[in-house]
Amino acid sequence: MIGRALIRDFPILQQQIGSAPLVYLDSAASSQKPRHVLEAMQRYYEHDHANVHRGVHTLGARATDAYEGAREKVRRFIHARRTQEIVFTRGTTMSLNLIAETYGIAHLGPGDEIVLTPQEHHANLLPWQRLARRTGARLVFIEPSPEGIIDETRLMQAISSRTKIVTLAHISNVLGTVNPIRFAAERVHEVGGIIVVDGAQSVPHMPYDVQALDIDFLAFSGHKMLGPTGIGVLYGKYELLKALEPYELGGEMIDTVSLHEATWRDPPWRFEAGTPPIAEAVGLAAAIDYLEALDMRRVEAHVLQLTELATQALAEIPEVTIYGPRSGRHAVLTFNIGSIHAHDTATVLDTMGIAVRAGHHCAQPLMKRLGVNATVRASFYVYNDKQDVESLVAGVHRVKEFFGDVFR
Amino acid sequence: MSLDDLYRQVILDHAQHPRARGVLNGDHVIAVDLKNPTCGDHITLYVRLQDGNVQDIRFTGEGCSISQASASMMTDLLKGQSVGEAERIKNIFLKMIQGEALTEAEEEALGDAIALKGVAQFPARIKCATLAWKALEQGISEQSM
Repeated sequence: MIGRALIRDFPILQQQIGSAPLVYLDSAASSQKPRHVLEAMQRYYEHDHANVHRGVHTLGARATDAYEGAREKVRRFIHARRTQEIVFTRGTTMSLNLIAETYGIAHLGPGDEIVLTPQEHHANLLPWQRLARRTGARLVFIEPSPEGIIDETRLMQAISSRTKIVTLAHISNVLGTVNPIRFAAERVHEVGGIIVVDGAQSVPHMPYDVQALDIDFLAFSGHKMLGPTGIGVLYGKYELLKALEPYELGGEMIDTVSLHEATWRDPPWRFEAGTPPIAEAVGLAAAIDYLEALDMRRVEAHVLQLTELATQALAEIPEVTIYGPRSGRHAVLTFNIGSIHAHDTATVLDTMGIAVRAGHHCAQPLMKRLGVNATVRASFYVYNDKQDVESLVAGVHRVKEFFGDVFR
Repeated sequence: MSLDDLYRQVILDHAQHPRARGVLNGDHVIAVDLKNPTCGDHITLYVRLQDGNVQDIRFTGEGCSISQASASMMTDLLKGQSVGEAERIKNIFLKMIQGEALTEAEEEALGDAIALKGVAQFPARIKCATLAWKALEQGISEQSM
């Protein structure tokens, strides 16, 4: 079972916006949470909460088991080799900053190159801009096709013997395109560099195997995959993590401390200073259980099908401009209607209960390439269904009618 | 709250035919750039302040119909006003957008901009409506420094 029938598990999706039932098409920004996740967190706080890795009391042990159990669950979900390769962070943004500030600072110098695309989310652009400024390294941008596709030839042209890091979104949060991660990993390993993957839009949507893809570092967020906000993951190959300095310093990440010196614990705890998001880890584990029960292969097929359907339907409306490819998109459909501003479109859709994102999607350089200030983005997930696509299409027609005389 | 309350005809008219788009150069001209970073909308407001009056006022930039209409209505309204009167009108406008009640005299002072009253019921759009006015606020305060 997948699609509309799941709404019974998502209390938030059962509401009306004004007089219309909510049609939630903004999961790429943040997904909604099933009861299973909410109840797991509530249960944890009502029965098991204490700080982790500290006390010898019963609750401390239960909380630690729950937290470390979540780590093991994440390992299985992305097929990592060892549980110690899973670092809990606040989210994708923190995971990417962590890599830039630890691995990047340690390994990059003048003349070294960081290869990325002009389509990255700001979270996978700004940390590298700062790293380049600090180390004298250079950002090298892969030139995408007019549709935004990064193929193997284009990748090859960007990677050279000076490449130390290739960092790519696995799936573009604006175009829904899939980048050739496995190929990029092979090429960058040949020249002695590493690959960093922004998995914020991909891990929630497909079966994942970091070993098969040969990814060195992977960043993703809990809240885009049915889990709570405030927790994310940094996966790193153990040998790489083991060689890194910590990112933040404080409690729980130390081995021994004297007045003038300290030594660090092994990964992953070295990177988890202070009290971690324990309840959020419990929630994320429940979200993974839920997704695994749905089966990630079906999640991927379902979302691909809905996105394809919506893309085809909107492509048939003459006034609609679709940004990015017209087929094979993952989860996100980005568009505008005539010269109607994305905000105006989103407001009209909102009065029909339809929630979409309008704006620059934290990808201003990409917006500039597309020649627009703002676009509308509809995104699909497990609880969406064909009816939601129909609502979106009806919404687009309503926007056209409403502004029809004014904007063309 | 209906869509028609938000998108009154006069708003769509201003959005479609903004009254004072353009650039001002020369002496006594203050230019203020302002962005709405959450959506990428931006405005550059040019005000020629001379002898305590808004002698001329223009704007450039891009944005949704609400932000464009609001900028157009503001420029329409303020050209030729004293700085003190411009500030008073600005304060009335910001009060209205916050959803506060206005007196009849205050409503009159807003001219076409009274049509933006409905924005108060659409919290997500308040920043669109206030962008131009915030630019004006910044320009006037820079001038008096």
